[in-house]
Amino acid sequence: MSVDSIFVHKMWNDHELSKMVKGGIPFPMLSDGGGKVGTIYGIYDEDAGVETRGRFIIDPDGVVQGFEVLTPPVGRNVSESIRQIQAFQLVRQSKGTEATPSGWKPGKPTLKPGPDMVGRVWEVWKTDNAFD
Amino acid sequence: MAEEIPAGCARPTGSVVGEKADPKKKDSIEAKSEKEVRGTMIKVGKKAPDFTAPAYHKGKFINVTLSDHLGKWVVLCFYPGDFTFV
Repeated sequence: MSVDSIFVHKMWNDHELSKMVKGGIPFPMLSDGGGKVGTIYGIYDEDAGVETRGRFIIDPDGVVQGFEVLTPPVGRNVSESIRQIQAFQLVRQSKGTEATPSGWKPGKPTLKPGPDMVGRVWEVWKTDNAFD
Repeated sequence: MAEEIPAGCARPTGSVVGEKADPKKKDSIEAKSEKEVRGTMIKVGKKAPDFTAPAYHKGKFINVTLSDHLGKWVVLCFYPGDFTFV
C-alpha cells in the first residue's frame, strides 16, 4: 500500500515489477491517497506526504501480532517476515503451549513454558541458537 | 469479496471502515487532535483497524477490505512510492 493511485500501481507493475517477478505482482497493490489508512496505522509521514516502510502481521482473528517500521532508504528482509509468520502460526497452533525463543526457525526447538522451566531455560537454549 | 470497480477518471481513495470515502469531505482523521490520533495507534495483540482501499490486482481494479480476510494471515506492507528504488 502506498499513496500512489491504482493507475500508477498498474504502470509500475506492467513496466517494471513484471520484469522482476514473472507474471507480475501476485497480491493486490493497494492505494491510500492522502495517507488515511497509513495515518491510523501510525506510519504516514505527514511532512513528506508518503508512507514509511511499515509491515504488519495480522492473524486470522484480525489481531496485529507484530509490526516493523523502517525509514525509506532501507529495505525489508522478507525471509525474516516469513520466519515471524511461521513462529506465530506455530504458537497459534499449539494454543499458546509453545513459545519460540530468540533465533527460532522451523526445525529448531521450541520452549514449553511452565513452572518446571523457570530458571532452567539455560539448560535447553544456548546463545548460539539466537543466530542462524 | 473483492468486487471489481469501474475505471473512471476519478482517482479512487481508500478509507477507514465506518467512514465515508468522500474526497470532498474534510478528512476526519486529520481533523482529530494529535492525542486522539495517538489513541488509535497500533498495538500488538490488539485488533488491526479495518479499512477499504482500491487496489490493482492482476489486471483488474478492485476494492480490498481488510476484514474480508478474517480467517487468513495477512501481511500489510506500506512503502514510500511506486518507482522509488528500494
